[in-house]
Amino acid sequence: MIAAYLVLLIPLVGILYFALAGHKTDTGKLNVRFNGICLLATIWLAINVLNQGTIISTGKAFLIDPFNVYLIVLTAFVGFTTSIFSSPYMAHEKEIGKLSDGRLKLYYSMFQGFMLAMYLVLTTNNMGIMWVAMEGATLATVLLVSLYRTPESIEAAWKYFILCGVGIAQALFGTILLYYAAVQIGDGENALLWSVLYENADKLNPEILEIAFVFLLIGYGTKIGLVPLHNWLPDAHSEGPTPMSAVLSGLLLNDALYAVVRNKMLVDGATDSNMAGYLMMGFGMLSFLVAAILLHRQKDIKRLFSYSSIEHMGLMTFAFGIGGPLATFAALLHMTVHSLTKSAIFVTVGHAAQLAGTQRIDQIRGLIKTQPRIGWGLLIGTIAIAGFPPFGVFTSEFLVLLATMHSYPWLAPLLLLGIGIAFAGLFRHIQPMVYGDRPEGQNPVTANLWPVTIHLALVLWLGLAIPGFLAHWFSQATLLISGSTPL
Amino acid sequence: MNIEQLDFYTQAILSMAALVGLTSFLMLGQGRLLRLIFVFALQGFLLTLTTALAAYSLNSHHLYISAALTLVLKVIFIPWMLRREVLKMNMHRDIEALKNNTVVMLGGASLMVFSYYVLHPIVQSSSVVMLNALAVSLSVMLLGMLLMISHRQAIAHVVGFMSIENGLFFAAIVATNGMPMVVELGVAFDVLVAAVLFGIFFLHIRTSIDSLDVDLLNKLHEVDK
Repeated sequence: MIAAYLVLLIPLVGILYFALAGHKTDTGKLNVRFNGICLLATIWLAINVLNQGTIISTGKAFLIDPFNVYLIVLTAFVGFTTSIFSSPYMAHEKEIGKLSDGRLKLYYSMFQGFMLAMYLVLTTNNMGIMWVAMEGATLATVLLVSLYRTPESIEAAWKYFILCGVGIAQALFGTILLYYAAVQIGDGENALLWSVLYENADKLNPEILEIAFVFLLIGYGTKIGLVPLHNWLPDAHSEGPTPMSAVLSGLLLNDALYAVVRNKMLVDGATDSNMAGYLMMGFGMLSFLVAAILLHRQKDIKRLFSYSSIEHMGLMTFAFGIGGPLATFAALLHMTVHSLTKSAIFVTVGHAAQLAGTQRIDQIRGLIKTQPRIGWGLLIGTIAIAGFPPFGVFTSEFLVLLATMHSYPWLAPLLLLGIGIAFAGLFRHIQPMVYGDRPEGQNPVTANLWPVTIHLALVLWLGLAIPGFLAHWFSQATLLISGSTPL
Repeated sequence: MNIEQLDFYTQAILSMAALVGLTSFLMLGQGRLLRLIFVFALQGFLLTLTTALAAYSLNSHHLYISAALTLVLKVIFIPWMLRREVLKMNMHRDIEALKNNTVVMLGGASLMVFSYYVLHPIVQSSSVVMLNALAVSLSVMLLGMLLMISHRQAIAHVVGFMSIENGLFFAAIVATNGMPMVVELGVAFDVLVAAVLFGIFFLHIRTSIDSLDVDLLNKLHEVDK
């Protein structure tokens, strides 16, 4: 349990430290160290869970089970590699005069603040605190979206703030209804603890829980970026600094989905109908298709990949909605591979935009000729995210397709169509960017591309063979969510 | 069921629900920013009263803390901050001409009916009083959203945002006698941080577009034109 406290304590120290000393020259490296130590702490936590099974802290404030432990490690890992990328990236932004000392302080401090909120969402056992932390993540990142203070970035940040704030208020109403149902059967102070609710799920009033779930799905769904609540997402991703886009896409969306699934488990326990599942399937499918089509119309490289994030989040929501063991297993795997691949892509995209000096797709050309590692990184990352074998995204999308054919065969063509449209949408934009001649005056930039290599290697590994302990966690989590194991 | 048969506390809660709902409608039709902020503070004050009443009649001390938090945040701090902003921008004489005022008010009324419709299944497991309280909270939330849609000033958006919080808070007090203390403190902290961030944002928006009219924030599109 000490490990869990450590995971929360390190970013808290980070916030305070960087708020005071974030402008010094070695801050980027220090940020890497903070995240590195945090990663070690989460691995320690993971080993504990592997040996002892589910851990509940004294006082029941924190709960670590197979479902959230792998997300915690994933969060720490992506946070760590993104901080490696962000160090030279932010130094470059400061060099070209886009950022001042004060903004750097804000950036590093809020980077840690965001990590703290993410860890809190994942580790807490209290559904109310989960909401508070989710809102905290919005508050921490909203000033980062407007970090460059351009009119566009301020507009994006305002939109992000208002839409996510109003959206997540719905989730609080859902949580209040959940609490209202819970106090009818149990004691007040402990009534919002997930572990208590889960044990007594069959006694909760099904009518109230169904209403509550609608609000929870709309609320947290705004953060997942489900269509038609996705409006903030491309704006926030495209206008903020790229390391922020990487963690927003790789972590925030995952954690919001995590919150929805936790709530779905309670609703499924209370009701006999598959209401929650159908809602998630509907929203998921809609987001998946709409985002796939919108990919074709993008002119900004970061907006392109944020629509790709909406598409994949839609697919995961859809898979969790189907709800069988196979679909749940696939969704868990997809959460992992998507977040690894997407953050790797955003790293290369960030450097590509620095190379070309713009984010406009039609002005980014000849990446492979200018700096082969960035070009190839972007190309391989896109191949991976489009779902080509042998990468992990292929495996998980294939499993989702299998589960769909098994449970809802008439939806399988739609799924295939969406994957096809998305693939075409990505490649029509990527191909001219990576190939072709190098434009005049385009010179290589200092870049640390180790994060990309490591992420893509992991995704490849997950596509070829899932390591034993991870498969064990996934099947444990599947058992917890869907009631049986896929293997 | 007649209202005279209910005990004093329940009667008081019902009246409070009605008043809170009324303030939401008042805000919806308000074109002057200073009055809008005043009505918002009034709504916060009604919430404080409700919380104190619940604390007194249920004899639960932690609700007094919530009442104090509401008083400081929603009645004093946030209205003060918004008022200062309005005076600084010299907007206190402007009257925002609301387009389709009648339609907005009718829309507000239908949202109220809609809230009752959505929450009706709850009657089976609890009292009519609870339905009233929860439906009013939900409609305060929805009216807050309508306020944000129908007004163009960033200040009105913040008032709408905070009045959504008020609706949530009312639901938490009336339906469940307040959330657990840690959650309530966490929510209050988030509201405080949000209020401070709004203050920072006003500054940024003002320096970037020289106005607080959010209709001018229109550079980003779903697809490029």
